[in-house]
Amino acid sequence: MGNENCFHCGLETKDRQYIVEDKLFCCNGCKTVFEILNQNELNCYYDFERSPGVIPKEFKNKYNYLDSPEIVEKILDFYDGQTCVVEFYIPSIHCSSCIWVLENLDRFNSGIKNSLVNFPQKTLRITYKEAEVNLRELVEFIASIGYEPQISLEDSVGTKKAVSNALIYKVSIAAFVFGNVMLLSFPEYFEIQEFWLEKYKNVFRWMNFIMVLPVVFYSATDYYISAYKGLKNNILNIDVPITLGVIALYLRSVYEIVFDVGAGYFDSLAGLIFFLLMGKIFQQKTYNYLSFERDFKSYFPIAVTTIDKDGKEKSKQVQHLKLGDRILIRNEELVPVDGIMINGDATLDYSFVTGESYPIKKESGDKIFAGAKQLDGLFEMEVIHEVSQSYLTQLWSSDIFQKDTHKSIKSHIDNVSKYFTIVVLTIAFSSGIYWYFVDVSKAVYVFTAVLIITCPCALALSTPFALGNILRIFGKNRFYLKNAQVIEALTKINTIIFDKTGTITTNQQKEINTDNINLNEDEKRAIKTLLRSSNHPLSRIIYETISEPIFEDRIMDFKEVLGFGIEGNINEFNLKIGSAKFIGLNKDEINETRVYIEINKQLKGYYSMKNTYRVGIEQLFTDLYPKYELIILSGDNEGERERLVQMLPPNTQLEFDKKPIDKLNFVRELQDKGKRVLMIGDGLNDAGALAQSNIGIAVSDDVNVFTPASDGIIDAKIINKIPELLNISRKTLTIIKTSFVFSLLYNVIGLYFAVTGQLTPLIAAILMPLSSISIVIYVTVLTNFINKKK
Amino acid sequence: MEVVYITIGVSVIIAIIFFGVFLMNIKKGQYQDVYTPSVRMLFEDEDKSKKNIQKDQSINKNQ
Repeated sequence: MGNENCFHCGLETKDRQYIVEDKLFCCNGCKTVFEILNQNELNCYYDFERSPGVIPKEFKNKYNYLDSPEIVEKILDFYDGQTCVVEFYIPSIHCSSCIWVLENLDRFNSGIKNSLVNFPQKTLRITYKEAEVNLRELVEFIASIGYEPQISLEDSVGTKKAVSNALIYKVSIAAFVFGNVMLLSFPEYFEIQEFWLEKYKNVFRWMNFIMVLPVVFYSATDYYISAYKGLKNNILNIDVPITLGVIALYLRSVYEIVFDVGAGYFDSLAGLIFFLLMGKIFQQKTYNYLSFERDFKSYFPIAVTTIDKDGKEKSKQVQHLKLGDRILIRNEELVPVDGIMINGDATLDYSFVTGESYPIKKESGDKIFAGAKQLDGLFEMEVIHEVSQSYLTQLWSSDIFQKDTHKSIKSHIDNVSKYFTIVVLTIAFSSGIYWYFVDVSKAVYVFTAVLIITCPCALALSTPFALGNILRIFGKNRFYLKNAQVIEALTKINTIIFDKTGTITTNQQKEINTDNINLNEDEKRAIKTLLRSSNHPLSRIIYETISEPIFEDRIMDFKEVLGFGIEGNINEFNLKIGSAKFIGLNKDEINETRVYIEINKQLKGYYSMKNTYRVGIEQLFTDLYPKYELIILSGDNEGERERLVQMLPPNTQLEFDKKPIDKLNFVRELQDKGKRVLMIGDGLNDAGALAQSNIGIAVSDDVNVFTPASDGIIDAKIINKIPELLNISRKTLTIIKTSFVFSLLYNVIGLYFAVTGQLTPLIAAILMPLSSISIVIYVTVLTNFINKKK
Repeated sequence: MEVVYITIGVSVIIAIIFFGVFLMNIKKGQYQDVYTPSVRMLFEDEDKSKKNIQKDQSINKNQ
């Protein structure tokens, strides 16, 4: 392997330090994984994809809690005293090599009976014998080769939702019956005078009669239930005329067959229900790997290490933490409760909560809020709030999270169906009464024929197909919506709220300001040389801004004080680089991140770092402000106010210093004033506002990693396309409305046959599928078209 | 022509059997992950000594 990339993970290798069997690695982690895989005869791993690996994270003692049986019991899916089945979510599954290595875990330990990957969902299901391998060893092995499973609080509290296959059963039964009934009805479409046909027609009819039973009494049940619920609430929804049509079709057909007057309409009935259910399936575009329901439980650990009075470490479940418990937080662990820092090094990253990725240093006595992630070293803290009562998690006790609220989005189709149903019933009764006086034998016939032919199949299909199609198109553009109703709701928005940090600013790059520092070339070179030894993100940013070459000389007396800064001697320079406190200054309450430089005991100035705004934010606001009221709702202080005022359109409202619960209340107040709010945010601190708003959309740099519960997830890269997306939603609604006109036209044609008493099964069998299919084609083609045109 | 009763009967029964198998496979979770098996299939040639992975399908029922 002659290339300079790591054999395991594909990253560029800086020096040729890690070599095994003439293969080059970028770090010790990758090298270790290779060795482990080799040892366990798993090195086929590297045959399927080039450099498939993931750099493993350190996890020393992190999984100790898996030794505790009561925690293990909560994680296991199945346990019969010997065999255990456990399912893990492993975000780093990404290629076929991953599947291979994870499905060959039995080579690592014979206690593992079986392991099965579900690639789209990124889960691994392991069956193992408890006596031969314990869960901690298992998890540690998987983690050591770079597939760290995510075990969260949710695993122990939340009940896993069973995937419902009901709709799939219903639609497949309908499809099966539709096909067969169609086949058996086919002879009847033609003249029945033929001898053999005449002889066997009863067989065909009664077979249809039997086959259609499961469709009417199982597949179509959702429509009856929905119609019943609608009527109970005095709403004539679209399912009411559908139910009427189905009942009319069924009773009429049964009557015809039982009294041997005709063939009935079973083919149309099965077809109708099949098409309707297809619409439902099509609308249900789900993204396996995304979750729109996450709350803090998905991110919080299941257990932490506590230290008892004798100084002994013990794992304890997070929900059982009590006031005054002492807990130990290690590298890369999440702080699950509010507490007071006791000792150790705390460098905390609050990006889960606020979207701000710059780490904050805490010292003994400082208050630490739940949701922070420890970046370096370990520390002890004392619990001051239990998990459900912390500053952050209190948000979820707000009633907006209590009710199982499906934000009721009243669909425009319900408005249409109200009038539709009334008109249909009027026509049915009046034509029935008319025929009662003209020809009594035909009165009931015409009455049912009207109900049958006006059954709004096409009307009910255009919406799911149009919205379902747009949902897929949005998904391809990396804008993922929870369901199709969200599209409709998007068109009704008049106020848009943006969170600031992490939403309109980016975490990835920081803007560096060098105005406040004055250095000569040698000094810059010295600084760069020293920074090379530090892994801190700020060090890297400054390192990259200095264009001068580094010194080749060695650094003497290098010292890194975690979370504060670094110092060292190079040639004649004695350097100190770090925070104000590190340099010995006493000013901190600033709105920006600063790195001070001191050379030979003399303060040289500081570099300051600001968040950069995402590309296209100004354009985004300019595009949106003629149509929407725009608000920035930030949890940060006012430091950025002036810059925002300059950048954004004049009437943008700016709100700062909002706590998570304030954000929620702010949205609620707007709604009380009649505003329909679209909230766009990213962190857990926005979770309340996202849930309260009419539509909440979470912005994410990596959709697989982290998003709070929301109605939609948008990739941060296309955030500037929001006006376009809103526009497409509006156009889609127009398309649906025009399709209503067409389907009503079909109904008028059908009504002509029905009212005049000419509706034969053949006409019904042609007209009903024809109208449905043509409407589906119409909306699908047009929605694709508006999306291409943009 | 009475044979029509038998042929239709047989064809319907066969259709129902296949349909039943299809429903059973949905229940087993065969359609929940339609991607991984396509990759897994390619591994079998690599390593014939491996035991059959499909056995585990039955465990999905416990979900």
